Amino acid sequence: MGSNMAENHPVGFQWVMEARERGARVFHIDPRFTRTSAMSTDWIGIRAGSDIAFLGGVVNYILENERYFEEYVKHFTNAPAIIHEDFVDTEDLDGLFSGWDPEKGKYDPTSWQYAGMEAHGAAGQREQGFETRGEQSGHGGHGGGLQHGEPPEEDLELKHPRCVFQLLKKHYARYTPELVADTCGCSVDDFLEYCSAICDNSGRERTGAFVYSVGWTQHTVGVQYIRTAAIVQQLLGNMGRPGGGIMALRGHASIQGSTDIPTLFNILPGYLPMPHTETYGDFQNFIDANTSPTGWWGHFDAYWVSLMKAYFGENATEGNDWLFHELPRVDDDNSVYWTTLQMLDGNVKGYIIAGENPAVGNSNSKAHRLALAKLDWLVVRDVVEIESAAFWYDSPEIESGELRTEEIPTEIFFLPAATHTEKDGSFTNTQRLLQWHWQATEPKSDCRSELWFYFHLGRMIKQKLAGSEAPRDKLIKALRWEYPTHSAIQEPDAEAVLQEVSGREIESGTFLDGYPKLKADGSTLCGCWIYCGCFKDGVNQTARKEPYWEQGYVAPEWAWAWPANRRLLYNRASADPDGKPWSERKKYVWWDEEQKKWTGLDVPDFEEDKEPGYVPPDDAKAEKAIAGDHPFIMQADGRSWLFVPQGLEDGPLPTHYEPHESPFDNSLYSQRANPRRQQFERPENPYNPVGSEPGSELYPYVATTYRLTEHHTAGGMSRTVPYLSELQPEMFCEVSPELAKEAGLEHGGWATIYSSRSAIEARVLVTDRIPPIEVQGRKTHQIGLPYHWGSRGLTTGGAANDLSSIALDPNVHIQEVKAFSVGIRPGRRPRGAALPRFVEEMRSRAR
Amino acid sequence: MKLGEALARWPVVRQLREGDPLGLGRAAQSERSRALEPRSDEADHVVQSICPYCAVGCGQLVHVKDGEVTHIEGDPASPISRGRLCPKGQASKSYVQSPLREYKVKYRRPYGTRWEELPLDDAMGMIVQRILDTRTASWDDELNRTMAIGNLGGATLDNEENYLIKKLCVGLGIVQVENQARI
Repeated sequence: MGSNMAENHPVGFQWVMEARERGARVFHIDPRFTRTSAMSTDWIGIRAGSDIAFLGGVVNYILENERYFEEYVKHFTNAPAIIHEDFVDTEDLDGLFSGWDPEKGKYDPTSWQYAGMEAHGAAGQREQGFETRGEQSGHGGHGGGLQHGEPPEEDLELKHPRCVFQLLKKHYARYTPELVADTCGCSVDDFLEYCSAICDNSGRERTGAFVYSVGWTQHTVGVQYIRTAAIVQQLLGNMGRPGGGIMALRGHASIQGSTDIPTLFNILPGYLPMPHTETYGDFQNFIDANTSPTGWWGHFDAYWVSLMKAYFGENATEGNDWLFHELPRVDDDNSVYWTTLQMLDGNVKGYIIAGENPAVGNSNSKAHRLALAKLDWLVVRDVVEIESAAFWYDSPEIESGELRTEEIPTEIFFLPAATHTEKDGSFTNTQRLLQWHWQATEPKSDCRSELWFYFHLGRMIKQKLAGSEAPRDKLIKALRWEYPTHSAIQEPDAEAVLQEVSGREIESGTFLDGYPKLKADGSTLCGCWIYCGCFKDGVNQTARKEPYWEQGYVAPEWAWAWPANRRLLYNRASADPDGKPWSERKKYVWWDEEQKKWTGLDVPDFEEDKEPGYVPPDDAKAEKAIAGDHPFIMQADGRSWLFVPQGLEDGPLPTHYEPHESPFDNSLYSQRANPRRQQFERPENPYNPVGSEPGSELYPYVATTYRLTEHHTAGGMSRTVPYLSELQPEMFCEVSPELAKEAGLEHGGWATIYSSRSAIEARVLVTDRIPPIEVQGRKTHQIGLPYHWGSRGLTTGGAANDLSSIALDPNVHIQEVKAFSVGIRPGRRPRGAALPRFVEEMRSRAR
Repeated sequence: MKLGEALARWPVVRQLREGDPLGLGRAAQSERSRALEPRSDEADHVVQSICPYCAVGCGQLVHVKDGEVTHIEGDPASPISRGRLCPKGQASKSYVQSPLREYKVKYRRPYGTRWEELPLDDAMGMIVQRILDTRTASWDDELNRTMAIGNLGGATLDNEENYLIKKLCVGLGIVQVENQARI
């Protein structure tokens, strides 16, 4: 669901095909019948933006028909935990959870906690956004009253009305097959067929897996989409087991790596939080707020101090709190969309873009182009001159006269970049595997790697500021910035950087072999604690290339997976509470009674010698407080969470909300869309009328964007390649024969697609692959839009993201481009100044 | 040409004589195709690499001759891809040698109407100065940061590059650091 794997991850899809050949059932649940649907055993068409209703229906089916994996659910999940008595569900508050503050537009999560304790969290919580923030992030969470890793109150019979299991039942009781069909536009029979199939393929002997991509994440409830699948997989016992799980198929070579070692505003390497603007004073408070007394986040201080030693070397000492007070502070949201709006307001003056193309790739691309034209200076680093570098003379706004070249103040430096074949380095792929690529040739002329650019930029800046006494320069002066260089261009040694990431014992220089070796006393350095050991024994583990035929199917000798070269996370769950494999067929990691240790096909995701029957003493801390039968060791209670007491902005249980821009009202609640979603209504980002609002009939269709095999994201790496441009030469829109008839569209002809933001043109592809569906008794049409095109390259065309708006998921600030509303009419779009006039005219008719 | 030679070159005769009765193998080869050799045979060296497009992480073999990439194909040893590549991965050589590839720094001055040439060293010096000037003018003493500078991109880059970007930005108090994780 939410993925077109055969199209976008075709080589990974070979494994799905092998499974199908061996008898696996493959369901593709998607608004469009795609290349993936064609290769699956079953396809169920649903309305874009309705997946929580569908999966919520699956949860209801599992609970109603008692198809859950009882032993797994009781021991490994938080189903027995009893929740705070003040908790009130959306079922009783018409689409809101308890704790909603209408003035702030935020939740206070206090009532979502386990009964008998204070707030606590686990990995993933970085911005709580409410005043319960305490310090700020709570990665490991506030410890509260969690004693030896157990929720204070539990009912192992799962009968207590406030236990998670019963709350779950109540929350999803109305997600009946009929409601699913009416909301999603599928048939009751197809839905039930899917439910029985996934249940039949789960349990001791079998496992089922989910695959998703940005079809799930790019919604104003994106995080909750994935959460719903997580509930299904926990109930069916499909986590931490071979053939199970929820696979996120990511779309850039190192998008996982750039999240682990983030180029993101709110985190530092290894998902450590950036200090928040509200974080003042006491360093110990910050550490305490982020340290979970139980679970592996109990060593937050060791991860933190080791990072500061990697960043600042001998300049970070216990005496100066490892330079904590000098670190920059972040707000709740300094994401790319926020920055773009600040740019439009003239508050951002300078911008460096390295290998990204927001003028095409980001939602409401026009707003991004207008923003770039407000900058004082801009650096663009890429292999070709992308739209984000050319907007000042080649863009829809130049054509329309909304921007005039000679009036744009932006000073622009375009610096040509090196490709992957021209530099050493590692990518982290979608399964957490760090894979090294070696340099094949020297970059030509002015082409340089980002490693070169940022290293020399830092070197030159530090040189300039060497004599500065200004307080603002203290941190940059303290930055450890010494890397050996080689070749005529002084390319930094990428392996030297990886060594710093992997970590060392400082005094001896010994390479660390894993994060359990990290210390909070300043004696170790490590640039990313979850990557600790990727250079163990002085060997670049990521460059290991043992052929697959020389090893078993887990292939542990190929590259290196974080953490600790574990290929399957939480794999202790592949054995029952006593440590025995759930079945011979699904054997993966188990307890060896003779050797008194965990063993198996993979590196066990558990302390090697912790017996299954281990009961933590009352004063146990960190991982030692997690019992021997609780596999989810990053959580403070060692369980997976069906119900999330803390860590999410928009509720402890996923709830069906309509997309921000949807032609429908919510069939469950009068609360139409996610109340906590981020909205930015302003002239550059107007929204369409929605649901039953007047004017919504002008934008009556559901649009969804997607990728093609032959292109890559915003096109910089594909519209510039001759073969690929030949294979997919033109922007198009997919419409059904019924919609074509209704709107007067002709196959192969032109269509203009419009929203409140802009209008683009595309060739019309009339196809049964995107059939109309019946939702709330109304026939609904959907339109498919590939988003690769822009004004530059060997093939050019309208940018689909010109149509979408900036409306974001509140947890991760991801834009909703997989479901928004548009209108369509035959013919090419208006040219020049007529384009903005047309968009404005439609908007005024809608008002 | 003698009659015997001409007869020997007659396809039907070649099919029978060369053990290729269906005429789908050697018998169908011309002199030109017979003399062809795969360009991968000519490589000075072959480098193990990883595909730069999506996050599946297929293995690539990059063939190099005289300092130029001559061929890129799937790495059969990879347990992920087993030698396979999708159309994008297969077109990687065309990507690294794209006709639109830029090799020189280009500079557009404020309100300028055209690109100008600029030596790389000068560009670096100017960028350093822009960063420092903007940072000084916008510095927030209380929160140790500048909100006037941002950095975007990272998902197509190496881990080592992302590491240096974030480290440098933390040092400079640039907090608006973002990448494609959201797209």
